[in-house]
Amino acid sequence: MRVPIMKQRDVLIASIQDSLTDADLLALRDRVVEQVTRFRSRGVILDVTGLDVIDSFAAHTLSMTAQMIRLRGAQTVIVGIQPDVAIAMVQLGLTLLGIHTALDLEAGLEYLNTVAKRSRPNAR
Amino acid sequence: MTRSTQVQSEPSVPSGTLTEIVTQFRRSRRALGEEWTRRIAVTRMLSVLTEEEVSIESIELVDNYIDVLETSSVESMQLYARNLSRRIVPRRVDTPELLGIVLVLRDVLARGLLDLAEGDAVRLRTMLSVFEPVANRIATTVAEGSVQEHERLIRLQQDSIRQLSTPVLQVRDRLLIHPIIGVVDGDRARQITEQLLASIRAHRATVVVMDLTGVPSVDAAVANHLVQTVEAARLLGASMIVTGLSPDLSRTLVTIGVDLSSLHAVGDLQGGIEEAEAILGLRVVRISSASGAAPAAESP
Repeated sequence: MRVPIMKQRDVLIASIQDSLTDADLLALRDRVVEQVTRFRSRGVILDVTGLDVIDSFAAHTLSMTAQMIRLRGAQTVIVGIQPDVAIAMVQLGLTLLGIHTALDLEAGLEYLNTVAKRSRPNAR
Repeated sequence: MTRSTQVQSEPSVPSGTLTEIVTQFRRSRRALGEEWTRRIAVTRMLSVLTEEEVSIESIELVDNYIDVLETSSVESMQLYARNLSRRIVPRRVDTPELLGIVLVLRDVLARGLLDLAEGDAVRLRTMLSVFEPVANRIATTVAEGSVQEHERLIRLQQDSIRQLSTPVLQVRDRLLIHPIIGVVDGDRARQITEQLLASIRAHRATVVVMDLTGVPSVDAAVANHLVQTVEAARLLGASMIVTGLSPDLSRTLVTIGVDLSSLHAVGDLQGGIEEAEAILGLRVVRISSASGAAPAAESP
């Protein structure tokens, strides 16, 4: 399944609404990392609402993606982790350390806006 | 082979013996009940009940006991034990005492058999061989029933404690307070986590203050669960502040050797709320000194 990546001003939103295979996840990583510089985005939101399981491969790929995005000069927020998925992840020791998480798309956008205001007070 | 058939097919017993015993007991039930009441009074059992209640209980008890003797069925014994426990356990009568009063009745009835046998040793032995197995079984069943009743009460109380003591309260926009009171076991810890995460979603909370002032101590598993809850909340995008950790709790957390770097702890609930307000960018200002400013104003 190909995950749609939407561009909303200077933020990219990848919205995962269904479960993904490992290959799908890797493809998503490559596309997002490629597009972040092409569109000169300052933030990326990975919406994982549709993932009802986040296993170690998915968690690893997500943190890898976030780190790659950071190296390309943008911020990543992971949003939409379901409560029971969160419990399962924590029990597996997959805590996505160092990555910002938010409740949903709205909270994620809000976070990126405050970060932008803080780092570039004069922009926009 | 069920227990009831075992009782009924006691070897080498004239079938009339049990009927004879039961008839005799029925006839003298009032006297037996009084004898039992007297003995109970001497041994100071059932002191939580008034004299009147004991005498009512005695007739009930003797009648039921004789019924069970007559039918010798496991079902009626269990029913009897359950009824007895339901009546008496809520009056703070514990299992040894309950068993004690049933054994006293057994003694009273055995004494009655002695009178019935009129010094005929063979007849007495025959009657005892019918009476004793059933009496023993009644005692065992009553003890079991009492323990079950206690367990049932404990379960009921645990449920009500559970429902009472885990409120999640919103005190500011996006700030939740989750005070936890009482003993936390594995089950309750899981329940707390689920409830907390659900509340974070429902209230769109960014900061949660979990107050553990009312929790005396926890075991390693629950402490570990607490740390996991903090991390799970972070995955949902909420940061958690833990307040009111007792010395005992802190020691448990440190000794289980989990990574505590994610645990944001503040001494008391007030400090926790102030910290949370700082994270949310809120500032509480006294009205007089702020010349008409709102008590809580968004600063950034």
